Amino acid sequence: MSYTLHRTAAALVTLAFASVIIFFFIHLIPGDPLYVLLGDVATPDQVERLRSKLALDQPIFVQYLRWLANVASGDLGNSIFFQMPVTQVIRDGAETSILLASITMIWITLIGVPVGVIAAMRHGSWLDQGLSGVAMLLASVPTFWVGLYLILIFAAWLGWLPSSGYPSIFEEGGLANLRYLLLPSLTLAAPNAALILRLTRASMLDVAREDYIRTARAKGIRPARVVFRHILRNALLAVVSAFGFTFAALISEAVVTETVFALPGIGQLVVQSILRRDYPVIQGIILVTVVLYLIINLLVDLSYRVLDPRVELQ
Amino acid sequence: MTGLRWYLAPFTSRPLALVGLMILITICVAAVFAPLLAPYDPSRLAPEARLLPPSGAHWFGTDQFGRDTLSRVIYGTRLALVIGIGVVTFALVTGVPAGVFSALFPRIGRIVMRMIDVLMSFPALLLALGLIVILGRGVSNAIIAIGVVYLTTTCRITYGLALRLRTETYVEAAISLGAGVAWTIRKHILPNLISPLLVQASFVFAFAQLAAASLDFLGLGAPPEIPSWGNMLAESRILITRAPWLLFFPGLSIAITAFSLNLVGDALRDQLDPRFRDMIAGPRR
Repeated sequence: MSYTLHRTAAALVTLAFASVIIFFFIHLIPGDPLYVLLGDVATPDQVERLRSKLALDQPIFVQYLRWLANVASGDLGNSIFFQMPVTQVIRDGAETSILLASITMIWITLIGVPVGVIAAMRHGSWLDQGLSGVAMLLASVPTFWVGLYLILIFAAWLGWLPSSGYPSIFEEGGLANLRYLLLPSLTLAAPNAALILRLTRASMLDVAREDYIRTARAKGIRPARVVFRHILRNALLAVVSAFGFTFAALISEAVVTETVFALPGIGQLVVQSILRRDYPVIQGIILVTVVLYLIINLLVDLSYRVLDPRVELQ
Repeated sequence: MTGLRWYLAPFTSRPLALVGLMILITICVAAVFAPLLAPYDPSRLAPEARLLPPSGAHWFGTDQFGRDTLSRVIYGTRLALVIGIGVVTFALVTGVPAGVFSALFPRIGRIVMRMIDVLMSFPALLLALGLIVILGRGVSNAIIAIGVVYLTTTCRITYGLALRLRTETYVEAAISLGAGVAWTIRKHILPNLISPLLVQASFVFAFAQLAAASLDFLGLGAPPEIPSWGNMLAESRILITRAPWLLFFPGLSIAITAFSLNLVGDALRDQLDPRFRDMIAGPRR
């Protein structure tokens, strides 16, 4: 219980500091914060209303608290470009981003873990060295470059898959629209699957050196059972925590992939908002991503405790 | 202390790592002697020679402005090195002192490490993009933005290493004999940090290449007049179907550079003291 409380408190403290940074983001952008938030075409009426809403005539500490109160009530401000609430703009991009991240996680799991296990079982062999080399290569290749050539081969030359865009699965086409996410998810999965592969392999090799594995083998348990029941189960602990970070990181890493494939997700929204100087949207996305990251991080920490009772409060 | 032999040993037994090292040396040579090696001026416009496929006159072809791709790839090594050296320097200069002092003075350390936790709660690319929004586009700003991302991991690793070194018997003995902080750092901490941090630096150098290429690709990195590999990909992106070869060589250059750095870093990491080896982290997410 104290472990749960301690972890939650630590996450809240981190969130508090992060929120200060995110609050100051608008103030660090050159120019009057009012016009940073409203754009150059704001009417005097809009300016006055925002000034009183954000308490801009008050000390900065009061401004921060006012902003925090607004955020806590779900008000992230208004998009300059869309002229609608930032929460609405983010929600519109959420479907694409969440689906893209989820499908990518499936690829990462299906490729990274089994191949990592095979590499570990054949530790030191040519197969192991080859797989590890390929993994390192995949982690070194720029994703957008891979994405562009996947578009060339599978969309332009073969015509098997669409090259860009993504219509919602709730619109015409239904679940078949997921094929729009096939190339993007593979692109995004490549470097991440490589990282999970390396982690699975390293983790398997670490556990295989433990005393209880030697004991299990000495007891005469079948080698396959030792690998899957004893080594893999314990090795996956480290992998599970990496899954959490990976999912959170995908939202940010998708910035480039969504731009290549012109997907209407949060990642592309970040880039377009930067080019449009739509600062409230950028601030909102950073805030949402950090909160998401901290929640996932906390859940990983807490589940770790359940999965591995050896974890003690530090 | 470790000598030159220590650093070269892994390359004699691992041919792939040796190849990586040689590629890196080639890149450095290309960057220094770019004007001599490049067959054409990298920014020379030649409307009559637009979008030529690879040939004897233009080994890597030409782009939509008739500029020679090979020459631009060769000149691109310069920005790749500037970004890599810049980011590594930034991360080391900020992260190492912060990490060492945090380990030696636990009271300051707790606050500093909490700040690092806060910075790490921002996903890497989003943190860099946010800083670019504040600082503006440009090479030095890209270096600072990516440098801040990697100062976090560098500081954490230094902190972890210094904490361990702090509890070594010989360090405790030195301190109990009256050794000062400055002397302890100079004599015991820093020399032992060199090889682990060199490994970390080679990984940071590799990630910096990919991060900078992403910024360039999004139009938020180096200014367009600089022939960087990322800019070349960004400019020719829409021509992927008309001139597929155009994007091949700049992208390959980024991949080969990052791959070589990872190979070299991996080989050096296996040389490290096993107690320190596990602390060298993967890419900052």
